[in-house]
Amino acid sequence: MRRIQSNDVKERVRQAVLTANTQLPEDVLLALREARLRERSSRAAGILDIILENAHLAETEGIPLCQDTGMVVVEMELGSQLLVEGDLEAAINEGIRTGYQEGYFRASVVRDPLNRINTGDNTPAIIHTHLVPGDGLTINLLPKGAGSENMGQVAMLKPSQGLPGIKDFVLKVVTEAGPNPCPPIVVGVGIGGNMEKAALLAKEALLRPLNQSNPRPDLAVLEKELLGMINATGIGPQGLGGDTTALGVNIEVYPTHIASLPVAVSLSCHATRRIKIEL
Amino acid sequence: MKTIRAPLSAEEVRKLQVGDEVLVQGVVYAARDAAHRKMIENLDKGEPLPFEIPGQIIYYVGPCPAPPGQVIGSAGPTTSGRMDSYAPALIEQGLKVMIGKGKRDQGVVEAMVRHGAVYLAAVGGAGAYLSKRIISAEVVAYPELGPEALRKLEFKDFPCIVAIDAQGNNIFENVNDKPQKAI
Repeated sequence: MRRIQSNDVKERVRQAVLTANTQLPEDVLLALREARLRERSSRAAGILDIILENAHLAETEGIPLCQDTGMVVVEMELGSQLLVEGDLEAAINEGIRTGYQEGYFRASVVRDPLNRINTGDNTPAIIHTHLVPGDGLTINLLPKGAGSENMGQVAMLKPSQGLPGIKDFVLKVVTEAGPNPCPPIVVGVGIGGNMEKAALLAKEALLRPLNQSNPRPDLAVLEKELLGMINATGIGPQGLGGDTTALGVNIEVYPTHIASLPVAVSLSCHATRRIKIEL
Repeated sequence: MKTIRAPLSAEEVRKLQVGDEVLVQGVVYAARDAAHRKMIENLDKGEPLPFEIPGQIIYYVGPCPAPPGQVIGSAGPTTSGRMDSYAPALIEQGLKVMIGKGKRDQGVVEAMVRHGAVYLAAVGGAGAYLSKRIISAEVVAYPELGPEALRKLEFKDFPCIVAIDAQGNNIFENVNDKPQKAI
């Protein structure tokens, strides 16, 4: 049994939120640059230039890419042979609290969905924990803005609707969202499981770098096909028209019930922020 | 490239056309969900608004705190649709320009046409870039709302695109709502 201190987790999370909110992941930056080269609409190209300049400014000056520094989604893989001394979830929240204050990031969380009083420190995070073999700890942090988060949807399709039903639903979500999720977007699709599993898969799909396809060849083909269909809508950057509506589509799947075909779509903005910590 | 500066008359606003690129200069009020709810409560109680709204501009934003030496933190537009239920009452009071991102509902567009107001789109998610176009910021009302407090800002060369003009022409109607059928 390996042992680590929860205080070490707090420190790593603090550093990670500071980096994640000010530096775009390399694959997202690359996808934006490639999209800019391909874009045929002059208005869209101008918007992509501003988005790229924004990323440059944020990184060089250490200021947040977007004022919506998000509610932090934490996807954690906890090795069953690892003992974390202290309170792991409290340590993660403490790392977020100190990092957000240090970075002058916005406090965007309310204590209660009805009373809506701001907690003042951007906690608590939304923490999903998976128990895995081994003695490691992997923490994926996804500071997720609400502009895109509010545009996600889940559908409980009939198995008979199959692949065409899945494609229709993904297109429907993206089209209804239009300009709101700050396109060009990243599209996470979860297929299978049940209602909450599909939603979780869609969120986990957003963690995969844009230059990595699903290892299953048929799903990799579906990712490419959906990306082509989404970009053919012409929604474009900020929904003001153009070739670049999405930077990527990532799909994750899971076994499901004989009667079910759950599909969830989680959208992420062009400032898709994510970071991985390994302890 | 056109330039606008508050206070604006209905005639000035009606000259702006959908798709025009606009640089916004001067005084702009920052307000989002909670500040809008408070302003509508003021109006419902017959109380004055915290600022003289005729001819003014509202930017839908909840900025990051200002780091030392800066006037404001990251400050890009938020989704305008959440302000749709409040906007017609403010347009009726004389609000002339709204800046945000995303679509507006029919009620807002009708109020814009009736009273002469315009809706501008700024680049969502470009909060670092846009913060450099804001040269002063002060909280003028509802300080208890923190990032959602009502602020008076001063813009310099703040870039926007006319998304819905005072004639009701809507940029999003051309590019969206094209239902795509899977093959």
